This record gives sequence, structure tokens and C-alpha cells, in this order.
Amino acid sequence: MSWGQIAALAGLGAFHGLNPAMGWLFAVARGMQERSRTVLLRSLPPIALGHLASVAIVAAVVSATSSIVAANIVGIVGGSVLVAFGLWRLLSERHFRWAGMRLSNTQLIGWSFLMSSAHGAGLMLLPVLATTPMPASEHSGHLASLGPMAALEGVFASGIHTVAMFTAMAICAVLVYEYVGLNILRRAWFNVDKLWAGVMVGAGALTIALTV
Amino acid sequence: MTRWTPDPTFYPSPSDAAGAPAEQLAYVAAFDRSAQQPDAIAVVDTDPGSDSYGQVVGWTDLPHTGDELHHFGWNACSSALCPTAPHPHVSRRYLIVPGLRSSRIYVIDVLDDPRSPRIVKEIPASSLAAAGYSRPHTIHCGPDGIYVSALGNGTDGDGPGGIAVLDHTTFDVRGKWEVDRGDQFLAYDFWWHLTRDVLVTSEWGTPDMIENGIVPELLLGRKYGHRLHFWDLAKRTLAQTVDLGDQYQMTLELRPAHDPSREYGFVGVVVSVEDLSASVWVWHRSEGEFAVTKVIDIPAEPAPASSLPPALQPFGAVPPLVTDIDLSVDDKFLYVSCWGTGELKQYDVSDPFHPVEVGSVRLGGIVGRVAHPSDPSSPLSGGPQMVEVSRDGKRVYVTNSLYGSWDDQFYPDGVGAWLAKLDVGSSGGMTLDERFFPHGDEFRGRRVHQTRLQGGDASSDSYCFPS
Repeated sequence: MSWGQIAALAGLGAFHGLNPAMGWLFAVARGMQERSRTVLLRSLPPIALGHLASVAIVAAVVSATSSIVAANIVGIVGGSVLVAFGLWRLLSERHFRWAGMRLSNTQLIGWSFLMSSAHGAGLMLLPVLATTPMPASEHSGHLASLGPMAALEGVFASGIHTVAMFTAMAICAVLVYEYVGLNILRRAWFNVDKLWAGVMVGAGALTIALTV
Repeated sequence: MTRWTPDPTFYPSPSDAAGAPAEQLAYVAAFDRSAQQPDAIAVVDTDPGSDSYGQVVGWTDLPHTGDELHHFGWNACSSALCPTAPHPHVSRRYLIVPGLRSSRIYVIDVLDDPRSPRIVKEIPASSLAAAGYSRPHTIHCGPDGIYVSALGNGTDGDGPGGIAVLDHTTFDVRGKWEVDRGDQFLAYDFWWHLTRDVLVTSEWGTPDMIENGIVPELLLGRKYGHRLHFWDLAKRTLAQTVDLGDQYQMTLELRPAHDPSREYGFVGVVVSVEDLSASVWVWHRSEGEFAVTKVIDIPAEPAPASSLPPALQPFGAVPPLVTDIDLSVDDKFLYVSCWGTGELKQYDVSDPFHPVEVGSVRLGGIVGRVAHPSDPSSPLSGGPQMVEVSRDGKRVYVTNSLYGSWDDQFYPDGVGAWLAKLDVGSSGGMTLDERFFPHGDEFRGRRVHQTRLQGGDASSDSYCFPS
């Protein structure tokens, strides 16, 4: 994994962390409800954990697959999935549905997992993962053991991504809770979902282009 | 159609919403009691700087007759900012307008041309019946869909009434909300404490108990609703029922505190069969369980039988009939409509357990017939009924019809049609605005039931962040 790829994973993580829908806003709400910064801070790890789980599943599958089948197939198939999912997100007006705000830590992990999955957070790492040369390609003959190793590589990538996501989320949550106030949402909450969907379509196209 | 920035009418907290600009227009549900003409949404100019201030400036007839428009609400509101399922880039552009008698629900666009609402969808009664309900009443924009309370079941004029959910985007009826309703049977209003996963419902009667007028035997037999139900909003199950006592007939309008850090709310009771008084109660959490406490008692006013309608002559008194209450967005003032005595009362409820009356205005009334100051020589029928408060709390609007068949019983010589506006003093007190009084023929023979203010009002929005 090159520094460029690590930077790309971290950049995407920061992008996910900045999105209020991914969790920092919920952390702020929990803190405000109980009038406690501690509650806010304690909400962040479960949210990050749910995000990690969502991303890691996709990353592990992609990495494991690309160690076994030809890289260009993963790129083309994965890229197409990404373009299709992005287009669907772009055109659909449906939003994530959830009722209930008093969640235990376990439920909070579950909420974050579903929220990240519904947004296709893991899929967005596809261009980075599909173009990462896997250790498998250097050693031939032990195909059966390569998949799990490559999957670990995917999990590692997800970890880098999530650390960046967590950092961005924590900064946003604390800034808004302590200094800025929620009214900023009314002006600054740019429609990240549309941008997000556009990025997916672009990333999918890029993946296909890089692998063909 | 999604936006790039949040809809400017969405506010994270009640204190943010209290800083909203003044409404330019009001939407009023107008219905023809005789069901000869279609019901309509009337648009009234509320901009004091406008030449047509206080006049009906727009009118949209519905395509059918006999709907009996009643309450209505918005497709989206400040709850779109709630953090578990945020969708702040939708527009508050559609009024969701149920026909209480027809069970049809209309979706009406008011964004393209705010003075000329346009019907974009009609949900037939059969769709609501498929969810098990009829006689749709209250609309609230929830975090995951549009919630609609309904008085009756989907097959006949009986119960149970309950809640159906409409899809935010397509407005299709998604289905029955309740997973386990316990022994809840009567339905009417609902609202919630969103951040605490609590939904509250109240009780009126089944369609058979109300549609042909109030039934004295049922009232004196204490058969109308007198309970509150508290539900788990996430699990959709009944968690607790509190009985106010069966003498307290008709627990109607629910007004929870807007600030989500407060877990209390107010409910109005129309009449006590023991002394014809009306009351307001506060629900609150006490050692984990909900409890209700009576905080306002409004006595009946003695009157000679000759000035009373037949239904009230045996009692020799006018019941106040608290048919609506409304809580200002800052949770400071509670407005209480006494539709029988023709009075709007204002209470300071900063301490919800000890309301202090700080204002009172008389208008109409079964006996009083108090005229509006803009036309002092014309006695008024009806009384202040549905109350709507502007987001900044400075203006209050009241309409005068209760419900077609009940209007006829309490105001048998005609209830008329009027919309009045009151200005609120900074520390309470109300003054009728003499420049604002659309009434009579301006509403083209229809009666007027409820008002919604452009951009939202004190009973339309729910907030997930404390002030």
C-alpha cells in the first residue's frame, strides 16, 4: 500500500466523518439531551465502530476477491456496481429511515453500521482497494491461503479510513457542541448525499478506467 | 426534488425557530357543511404591510364534495434535522390535508405558487382502509415518515382508531403504525417526545359516536374518551395508559413541550359531566412512569335556559368546552380555547404545574355573542376554536368551527365563519387586531376549521435539539 493510497483512504475517511448524517450530529444530540460533553464523547467510538464494520466487510471482500481473480475483473465489476449504486443514490429521493433516539451503545453501533451501509460507505473505497497490488500476486502456488491474507489487508485499509473518519467526526462534534452551535447547520449543511453519490459515480468510472 | 442546502424553514431547536421571520400567508381549511360545494383551502394574507392584509387572496377548491376538511399538516418540518435519519434537503412544500368525513387525503403543493395551492395527489379512502383505518385527523411530520391519526377502523364506523404512516417521498400509505395497541380503542390526537422515544395519543370517540352529533346518552354515560396512552415510539407498542377519570369526557388536543429536554405536555379536556367544567392537565414523568395532574379548571357559566340551545337547556349553564389548546414555541404561553363561552385564555406556563392566567379575550360564545371590534354591531356565532401561534409567539390566529354536526348542536342558528388574529404583549396579554378579520362571505359559504402558517407554526414542527 503506497502513501498515496493511505492518503486517499484517510481523505475518504475525513469526508465520511464530516457528513452530519454519518454520526457526529447524533453524538451532539445525545450530548445536548443530557447536557453532557462526556455523553457526546462516549457516543463517538460506537459510531466509529459501526462505520468500521460496514466498511471492513466491503473492503475485505474486495481485497480477498482481487487476490484470487484477475484484478481487471474486480475493477470492472466493482466499478460498475459503484456507478450503479451512485446513480441510484443520485436519482432516488428516498432517505434512510429510523425511528428511535434512545440507543444503547450496541444499538448505536448497529445504527451506524446500517447508516454507513445504506450510504455505501465501503463501496467508496473501491478505487483504492481495487488498484492496490495485493501480496498474493508476488507468490504463486498457495492460492487458498491468499484470500484471507488479502482480506486482512482490506481490514487494515478500513482501519486507516476509520481513524480519519473518527478524527473528522470528533472535531466536528466538539466544535459544534462547544463553540459554533447548531444553527450553522441551516446554512452549512450542504447536500453531502448528492455530492457523495456523484463521487461514487466518478470513483466507479475511474476504477473501470484504471483497470481496463 | 432535493435542495442543496437545508430548507430555510427547518430549525434545530425551538429557540432557533422562535427567531423565524413572520408568516406572509396563512392556509385555512374551509368546508361546506351541506356537502353541496367542494371544500377548499383558503389562502389569507398575513403581511401587515400588504394592501390585501387580512383578506382571502387565494382559493383552491377540492375535486370532490363532502370531505369535511379539519386538521392538516406539512410533508416535512424541523424533524427533518433529527440526527438518526436526517433528510434536511427536502422541501416543506406540501400540505397533507385529510377529509375527516370522506377519509380521503390530499397532497397540496404550496411552493410553486403559494397563493394558488395545487393538488398533486389524492390518496383514496381505500388506501387508508388497507392500513386498517378511516377518518384521518392529525398529521405530524415524523423522522421516518408522515404520521396520520385516524378515528375509525377501515371497515365500519367503529374502532379501533389509531395511526397510519405515509411515505415521505411518495405519500403512499405504508401501513398501520401500531405493533401492539394493548386495550387502546378510541383515538384522536397524537404527538411525541421524539428524543425520548415516546408517542402520546388521546381519545375522542369512534365515528359512530361523533358523526351525527354529540350523543347525550354517551356523554352522560361517560363513554367518550378520558384516557391518555403513552407508546414506545421505536417499538410501536403501548407502554402505559393513564385514566383521567371517566367524568373527564374527551381528552383531545395534545401539546408536548417543544424543547426536547422537557418531558411534559398539556392536554385539554372538553367537559366534566359532573359540573360542565373544562380542564387542562399536564402529563409528566414521575419515578419512571407517566402521571397526569390537573392544572387548570374552567367553570361553566350560568345562563337562562331561554338563551341556550336545546341540548344545554336542562343544565342552565354554558360549558366552556375547551376544544383546543396551543403552546407557544418557547413553551411559555398556553392558549386555551373555550368554544362554548367564547373566550380565548392565555396562561403563563413557565412553571407547567402552576399556570398563571395572563390574558383573556371574549369573542362569540353561545350566550355572549361578543362582536369583533372591527364590526361592533354584528353579534358573532361560534367561538375561538382552533388556535395557531406564530413561531415567534407574537401572533395568534383563531378559527371558529368545531366539527360540522357539533356546530349545529351548539350554535343551531348558524355558526358562521371567521378567522381572527390577536397580537401578544411581550409579557402576555392579547389584543384583537382590528385590521384582520376575514369572515362570512369571504369564505364563500364554507366554515373554517384550522389555520396553518406559511413556513410552520407552533403546532406543526418537532425538534430534536434542546434550546
